[in-house]
Amino acid sequence: MIWALLFIPFAAALMSLLIRIDGPRRTLLVSAAVCHTAITATCWIHTPSPILGGWFAVDPLAQLFLTITDVLFLAASLYATAYLGAERHSQNDNAEEGLFFVNAPEAAFTGCLLMFLTTMTVVITSQNFGMLWVAMEATTLVTAPLIYFHRHHRSLEATWKYLLICSVGIAVSLLGNFFLAIAASADNGESIPLVRSDLLAGASRLWAPWIRAAFIFFLVGYGTKMGLAPLHTWLPDAHSEAPSLVSALLSGALLNCAFVGILRAFEVTAAAGHTAFARDLLALFGLVSMTFAAVFMIGQADYKRMLAYSSVEHIGILALGVGLGGAAVFGSMLYAVNHSLTKAALFMVSGNILAAYKTKTAGDVRGLFLTIPHPGCYGRQGYWLLQAFRRLEYF
Amino acid sequence: MVLLILTNMVVLGSSRLRVCIRVVAAQGVALGVLPLLIHSFEPQLLIFTVLSVTLKGIVFPYMLWRTLRQLNVWREDEPYVGYGLSLLTGPVALGFSYWISTRLPMPFSVHSPMLIPVALFTLIVGLYIIISRKKALTQVLGYLVLENGIYAFGMAIANQQPLLIELGILLDVFVGVFVMGIAIFHISRQFDHIDTDQLSILRN
Repeated sequence: MIWALLFIPFAAALMSLLIRIDGPRRTLLVSAAVCHTAITATCWIHTPSPILGGWFAVDPLAQLFLTITDVLFLAASLYATAYLGAERHSQNDNAEEGLFFVNAPEAAFTGCLLMFLTTMTVVITSQNFGMLWVAMEATTLVTAPLIYFHRHHRSLEATWKYLLICSVGIAVSLLGNFFLAIAASADNGESIPLVRSDLLAGASRLWAPWIRAAFIFFLVGYGTKMGLAPLHTWLPDAHSEAPSLVSALLSGALLNCAFVGILRAFEVTAAAGHTAFARDLLALFGLVSMTFAAVFMIGQADYKRMLAYSSVEHIGILALGVGLGGAAVFGSMLYAVNHSLTKAALFMVSGNILAAYKTKTAGDVRGLFLTIPHPGCYGRQGYWLLQAFRRLEYF
Repeated sequence: MVLLILTNMVVLGSSRLRVCIRVVAAQGVALGVLPLLIHSFEPQLLIFTVLSVTLKGIVFPYMLWRTLRQLNVWREDEPYVGYGLSLLTGPVALGFSYWISTRLPMPFSVHSPMLIPVALFTLIVGLYIIISRKKALTQVLGYLVLENGIYAFGMAIANQQPLLIELGILLDVFVGVFVMGIAIFHISRQFDHIDTDQLSILRN
């Protein structure tokens, strides 16, 4: 079962690089997404057994985030078929400066999109911290070409910042992995393997100073990827310059994947008896993110950047929720679902608005309900939902 | 070990990109051979060593050098922090990493007392280069130095990590450098230079 989850998008990615005609390639994208979602749905009914000696397994956390990712990816793939069709015929002038540019080849775009799904599945289902790290770095690498789909200098700048900042961040979390390995080793040469269940079972034997250091490094490293302020600097750029469906996936799915990484580290740290320490750190980062986002959002004219800062804020709320503990953890999970779905929908709507108006300045978008009534309505509903969920979370 | 420290200092002090690439390659090779010297001999280890030496000693330098030739950029002019000051930072960072490493309790004996401080030093130098230099290519070099530092750190605990994961890490670094190389190429075509301080349209 898990083999199929990992293998289907991977095979589809390879095939989409080979297929030369656009029509079948788009069908392949959608059908891979449908298959993947269907398998994830059956996982709810009957949990698949772990494979490779427990390296990959679908535990409740993985189940939840896998479902979110799949629903989003399915929506994005449907959006992609229409989007790619429209992009092919539209005149490619830069929305901001009126420059002409060409798009990246569609085969590469589809291939990277499917590889993105593969790597995200590995991140979520992986129970081994090393494997988790490898897959997390891979998500950075396959999304870089996606952000650089519109080949002009603004998206290039965003891609470069994204690559460099996230790679360094993830290098930091590799160090966290090593610290965890040190914490898990004992004097007599026997050490606990870096698999979640083993670590949880032997948590009392973990070395206290090293496990704390490891958690800090994991939090900073994966936090960079997740967009926790002050490590969020790549996020508004990448989200605003990427094609809208990629922004939707980045915001709704990728940030969650990084959150899974932090949660796994949190579980182990908490099991080793440092719950208060880990919670304080999470709550601190959460509060800082919320403040940063609120300050930067005020003067923001570009509506895609505004959505990106809103993502930073919501990530802050997620971290704060886990940091507070108790019922707030459940709230956080519920919130993750709501936020991902709403934010992704909003990004897709913003893509439609961008296509209709050719501008990203919120002030220039007027008469939305007259020009494109449907996206306009959805957009309004989405903003309301976002506000509503925020209230919901507080109670 | 001494070689590692020396290569770090050269990277800090040199403005010529070709020299930097060679030196980083030498550092990679030295690091690649190191596990054979400090661990007992195993066939698995040999394969891993050969792989990492070919990647770090031949493939990466070649890719970077090719980019360099296509772009016709040979020097890093005007970094944010001058070369004299950078060279001064080196010993300070080295002292700092020694101080840190004396304060870290290790749960098991490390093969060489130098390993941890040198690894930390390499890490700091890598981060420093990424921050203080302007050219995209030098930033990639800084990233490689950073990875080397982490690799050296991992060597201290090599028997804890399964080989498969190390391979995955190598692969990721490889693809990372590859993608960054392509990105540099596009940057130079779009902007006619690879100075990252000009990449500043996206703000606030």
